Amino acid sequence: MAKELLKMNQITKTFPGVKALDNVNFSVEEGEIHALVGENGAGKSTLMNVLSGIYPYGTYEGDIIYNGEVCKFQKIKDSEEKGIVIIHQELALVPQMSIGENMFLGNERGKKNAINWNETYGEADKYLKMVGLSESSRVLVKDIGTGKQQLVEIAKALAKHAKLLILDEPTSSLNETDSKALLDLMLEFKKQGMTMIIITHKLNEVVYVADKITVVRDGSTVETLDCHTMEISEDRIIRGMVGREITNRFPKREAIDKGEINMEVKDWTVYHPVYTERKVVDNVNLNVRKGEVVGIYGLMGAGRTELAMSIFGKSYGSSISGVLKINGKEVDLKNPRAAIDEKLAYVTEDRKGNGLVLSNSIKVNTSLANMKGVSERGIIDADKEYNVAEEYRDKLNTKTPSVEQNVGNLSGGNQQKVLLAKWMYTDPDILILDEPTRGIDVGAKYEIYCIINDLVRAGKSVIMISSELPEVLGMSDRIYIMNEGKFVGEMKADEATQEKIMSCILQSGRGK
Amino acid sequence: MSINIKDVLKKYTMVLALIAVVIFFQAMTGGKMLLPQNLNNLISQNAYVFVLAAGMLLCILTGGNIDLACGSVVCFVGGIGAVLMAKDIPWIVAVVVMLICGILVGAWQGYWIAYIKVPPFIATLAGMYAFRGLSNVVLNGYSVGIDDTTFLNVFGGGADCYVPDLFGGANFNITCLLAGVVIAAIFTALVFRRRIAAKTAGYSVGPLTSDIVRVVIISVAVIWFFFMLSQYKGIPSSLIWIGIVLLTYAYITSNTTIGRYLYAVGGNEKATNLSGIDSRKVYLFAYVNMGLMAGLAGILTVARATHAEPTFGQGYEMDAIAACFIGGASAYGGEGNVFGIVIGALLMGVINMGMSIMGVEPNYQKVVKGIVVLAAIIFDVMSTKKKK
Repeated sequence: MAKELLKMNQITKTFPGVKALDNVNFSVEEGEIHALVGENGAGKSTLMNVLSGIYPYGTYEGDIIYNGEVCKFQKIKDSEEKGIVIIHQELALVPQMSIGENMFLGNERGKKNAINWNETYGEADKYLKMVGLSESSRVLVKDIGTGKQQLVEIAKALAKHAKLLILDEPTSSLNETDSKALLDLMLEFKKQGMTMIIITHKLNEVVYVADKITVVRDGSTVETLDCHTMEISEDRIIRGMVGREITNRFPKREAIDKGEINMEVKDWTVYHPVYTERKVVDNVNLNVRKGEVVGIYGLMGAGRTELAMSIFGKSYGSSISGVLKINGKEVDLKNPRAAIDEKLAYVTEDRKGNGLVLSNSIKVNTSLANMKGVSERGIIDADKEYNVAEEYRDKLNTKTPSVEQNVGNLSGGNQQKVLLAKWMYTDPDILILDEPTRGIDVGAKYEIYCIINDLVRAGKSVIMISSELPEVLGMSDRIYIMNEGKFVGEMKADEATQEKIMSCILQSGRGK
Repeated sequence: MSINIKDVLKKYTMVLALIAVVIFFQAMTGGKMLLPQNLNNLISQNAYVFVLAAGMLLCILTGGNIDLACGSVVCFVGGIGAVLMAKDIPWIVAVVVMLICGILVGAWQGYWIAYIKVPPFIATLAGMYAFRGLSNVVLNGYSVGIDDTTFLNVFGGGADCYVPDLFGGANFNITCLLAGVVIAAIFTALVFRRRIAAKTAGYSVGPLTSDIVRVVIISVAVIWFFFMLSQYKGIPSSLIWIGIVLLTYAYITSNTTIGRYLYAVGGNEKATNLSGIDSRKVYLFAYVNMGLMAGLAGILTVARATHAEPTFGQGYEMDAIAACFIGGASAYGGEGNVFGIVIGALLMGVINMGMSIMGVEPNYQKVVKGIVVLAAIIFDVMSTKKKK
């Protein structure tokens, strides 16, 4: 048996209000590729941030034992000196600088006041060769593709003399060929004795490269599977990932007669706004009836938000094509205003970034999307506005001392309610709810579900985007499954199971 | 609900700072600071700051955006007016042309900023050079005098730019004092009418004592101020323009939808766009308004000087920006109000005047002004940090 390189003992990490990690034990042997899998928000990235010193020693409980000694990392530099290097999901390269400059950023070759450029580029070229890149290190990062940028990140890690390399979703922005090349490179490094941890959602990749798999769920490690002593199938991993039983976390909704089709989307295709040749949404067809909750399930980056925002007045993407029909009538929504006028509402997943004006009051946020409702010829009726805000505070049970309170001071669940209130006040027929319960506690979740039920009971249509399987299964009448920009399955809620949905995604990933 | 002293202090820090500075200079100048004539000058000399700061506030609300060009625009517009009037064109026509010129300049800069996404700093830096140059072109490099007395009287220049006393008081302007009393009465009535309306409609109202304290303090301050002015020559006409501008903008920022949009864009532009509000139109509105205010400031400036010359308006943009930031406008946008800029402009004006009376060398005056602006921003940054 190989030597144990890393052991994380009883790690507990609490954020205000949330226990992100709860007594996690995790160990890695020298020379293996260890995969860390779990749903979004299960705690994988938090665990790796603890390991790399992003959360310094003292802000968590438990011990990190690396190479036989207890480590107390204060910052990333400390862990990097020991050879623990993390490559984050978002590329951390400066596009305007050359590959070589990027590789030694903060770690420059030569003297402090006299950078040795020959050494910089010479060394850089050496590492680039190791990752199989033929580019010169003098090329600017912005001039190479994402696949190659990811390899530069790895070369940069090698330049730091990495012994334990952590890759957080390394293939999430890569296409199939580049992903394959990256995984093969990992296997090559393993032969040379490197130890690696890979975090990924793509289970086929896990099966391809991993020696061991640790499943994280709700902030704890559930199990560690050894791929050499047992036959590991993707289904087996899924069972570990979603293992919990669904209890009555969802309020009952009496069966409602579904009305006619309220909104229909045909052959919807959207390209990335910056990389205009990249398809983000690919030929999607969807419809929703009155009184129906339609779930769209997909992992992060599947193109769900992009789909929703492109429908909502083209607020995302370029060269959008396809047909959008509302109430049987074909419409062309040029901007969010037009979408709101067609009684469409989009409740964003990013309530702080895209949803609320945090420096303004609940009252101001509630009326923002429907100022016409509280004003006449541009003059605000202060009393009416106050009344409206109070009405929705009552209706949604928002907990706040006053509607004059700044939204920034509210908890996540209450912020979400204000966001819902804002869109309910536009009196929409169709609501697209993007991750309506992200980052809020169980009680508030239940209340949000009740609001959704009230909405469909009133004959509205709800499209609910979510990456939480139990939520999709518990709330939807019908489920679309989305992966890599495409709809890869559609099922009625009573036929759907977690395993069916996951395998739908996996098959589509393999089928390419 | 009780009144929290700490909250009150925090909310009115700059008012207290203003009072402290006034007391300081009053002591240092042996009581010269608050002489009626000096109070009169405080208003007339700084009229342009109030007007430009009102326009600047709208720009800053949209996200800390500033207009560096407005000083040059003041000169440009003033130059056009002086030249027109020198050619015997009626003053009223000249005024309309000047305001339209201001609006056009604002629309020009606003278009690039809103629709082409030129950073405001750069777009207006360009304007600062260009309109300074154009001022020279318009005035042909010379100073052009204005002798239309109606124009001068209406916009605060020459010897008779005061509201005449209807009662013919020789050394004491009774109209002026009456105006002060009427303003205080109207303010008091408005506060209590709103209070009663809110109560009848069943809304919660703040404690009565805080309203009374507020009304008393403000009424006393207003009546005292007009009493002082009546001992000099009465109400300077520039004060009327300042009043109109400030009241209008206070109303726009707090009671209209477009005012609301200014705050929303500055607070979170993405959320505002997704709420169906076109943020580009909001930017355009802010800069067109800035242009209009630069036009009015141009009129006031040349009227007060009774001529136009190519060096007018230099540094005016900085005075306006400073007044906004001292008055609590956030350098990141979304926060600030008209009351604040009044305090900011007064504070700057008092410091300038106090130091001048004391005979502080102009170069050191600038140093002090710089320190005051920096201190105000540090205070803003620190207090927002603490909130998080």
